[in-house]
Amino acid sequence: MFGFLFRRIGLVIPTFIGVSLVAFFLIRLLPGDPILLMAGERGLSPERYAELMGRYGFDRPIWEQYAGYLGSLIQGDFGTSIITKKPVFEEFFALFPATVELSICAMIFAVVLGIPAGVVAAVKRGSGFDHGLMATALVGYSMPIFWWALLLIIVFSGILQWTPVSGRISLLYFFPSVTGFMLIDSLISGQKGAFASAASHLILPTIVLGTIPLAVIARQTRSAMLEVLSEDYIRTARAKGLSPFRVVGVHALRNALIPVITTIGLQIGVLIAGAILTETIFSWPGIGKWMVDSIFRRDYPAVQGGLVLIALMVMVVNLIVDMLYGLINPKIRHTR
Amino acid sequence: MTDVTRTDTVAAAKVQTDARPGRLREFWSYFSENRGAVIGLVVFGLLVVVAVFAPLVAPFHPNEQFRDHLLSPPAWAEGADTRFLLGTDAVGRDILSRLIFGARYSLFIGVVVVSISLIGGIVLGLVAGFFRGWVDTAIMRVMDVLLAFPSLLLALVLVAVLGPGLVNAMIAIALVAQPHYVRLTRAAVMAERNRDYVTSARVAGASRLRLMFVTILPNCMAPLIVQAALSFSNAILDAAALGFLGMGAQPPTPEWGTMLAEAREFILSAWWVVTFPGLAILITVLAINLIGDGLRDALDPKLRRS
Repeated sequence: MFGFLFRRIGLVIPTFIGVSLVAFFLIRLLPGDPILLMAGERGLSPERYAELMGRYGFDRPIWEQYAGYLGSLIQGDFGTSIITKKPVFEEFFALFPATVELSICAMIFAVVLGIPAGVVAAVKRGSGFDHGLMATALVGYSMPIFWWALLLIIVFSGILQWTPVSGRISLLYFFPSVTGFMLIDSLISGQKGAFASAASHLILPTIVLGTIPLAVIARQTRSAMLEVLSEDYIRTARAKGLSPFRVVGVHALRNALIPVITTIGLQIGVLIAGAILTETIFSWPGIGKWMVDSIFRRDYPAVQGGLVLIALMVMVVNLIVDMLYGLINPKIRHTR
Repeated sequence: MTDVTRTDTVAAAKVQTDARPGRLREFWSYFSENRGAVIGLVVFGLLVVVAVFAPLVAPFHPNEQFRDHLLSPPAWAEGADTRFLLGTDAVGRDILSRLIFGARYSLFIGVVVVSISLIGGIVLGLVAGFFRGWVDTAIMRVMDVLLAFPSLLLALVLVAVLGPGLVNAMIAIALVAQPHYVRLTRAAVMAERNRDYVTSARVAGASRLRLMFVTILPNCMAPLIVQAALSFSNAILDAAALGFLGMGAQPPTPEWGTMLAEAREFILSAWWVVTFPGLAILITVLAINLIGDGLRDALDPKLRRS
């Protein structure tokens, strides 16, 4: 197990160096002088220009600049936003809980609906439910989620007026952030109606962000179940006279879940890409919206730092998924 | 002269298909078994026809403005002008005509992105899988780096750096799609390279290039074709998403995602401006994904849906 662990961690280091290289050179791909770009229309005095060149290190050779950049990354310095003047790391983690809260809700939505639907479809293979579910899943999988979000807003916020259009909670409520998760904080605050308000703001973004994972999980569960249901041990379990519920729910599902869990792990990247669109549409104050805003404000240090932090997160999550997988399935550990 | 060459090629192609009638027919019999795939193919074919003949099919020019008919609802709704079947947008342009011309952009984006990433992926994957060693390690580490970024985010930042626009969006999306092709090709090449037929070709004196592209590659194509269909639809979705975020095709281009971005402020007042471009994206992507499922079933017996 330790050999596997070290091999796997050994792969992370070159990837991280590569990520930092991409982030470093991406910003230098920008046409024109970076200092003048950041200064914008106002222009700069030559002294101020020279000072900024020195501060950002643009007057040094490029490899030295990169070495300095990598060094500060390792020390946890991900740059400073040129708009808010705050460290990128601080900004990122102030907004991060909002994205995590939304992602967790979306994933719960996808798993709670997707796994049972996939199981039922597999058990009733060829039925109307099966065909209907697979067709729906394919539509969900093909959905442009930004349009899906707009449609849901038209119907639920516009016509039915059931849900708010944007934000995390109504402006009527204010309470200190304890956990950063609005649902939990609103409960802690004890203000009447705060939790309901937070929940109603969460519903549409959750559905939008969860749609594609839901479709993927339903499809994956169905095909994994179909494969397992034709195994000999299932026939044995049936022959033993176990109830169909036990056969499907315990014997089959437990074995079918392994590929499904891998699929869930693979959805992390999908969730972040989806968060960019979902958060922008619903004005959800998370890192997806922050990245888009930073791009439009030409806040390049923030974009650069955010890119590295997000890539780092994806790498860590993938590492954890691989570890878990190695724990569940010994075969993975021993093959390269 | 050109005519002669063309007949020759046609004849050669004919000979080739005649030589292996079983394979194509077998492919078609599997493919047509999947009703969804056939429907997808028909819809996709219609889209291609509409896109190619857009100037003939579309009732109006996509950028022609009817100043007296701003936000006119679709033809069946109350107070509509029946000339505009799907209504008009905020500056009085016919939505149907814009959608028809938009089909050109979406299909074009799909074709360009898939071509670039397929060719790049095949070359890199072949080299990595065939030579192994440090070349392989270097290529795969670079692909790992690209995979560490969520694809839409990397594409978005790339376009922000290169400058918003359709061409840069296509480059970014193609780059982001690359690792999947490289991995697939490499895995397939590694499975094939030690087979007997490759060894015999090598012993017979085939050059490395010939071994790579003529001997091995044709036997690795099945998963690549399936992946091509998948990434065709992904490319359309990503390009529309970039357009929607204002980083893809720029107005007044009738690209579907860009049309949605322009329509956003009218979501509560004029539903048709928002509904139809998205529906066009959904139908196109769905059709391609249906074809992809059918291709997978027909080409890859191991992955065949049980």
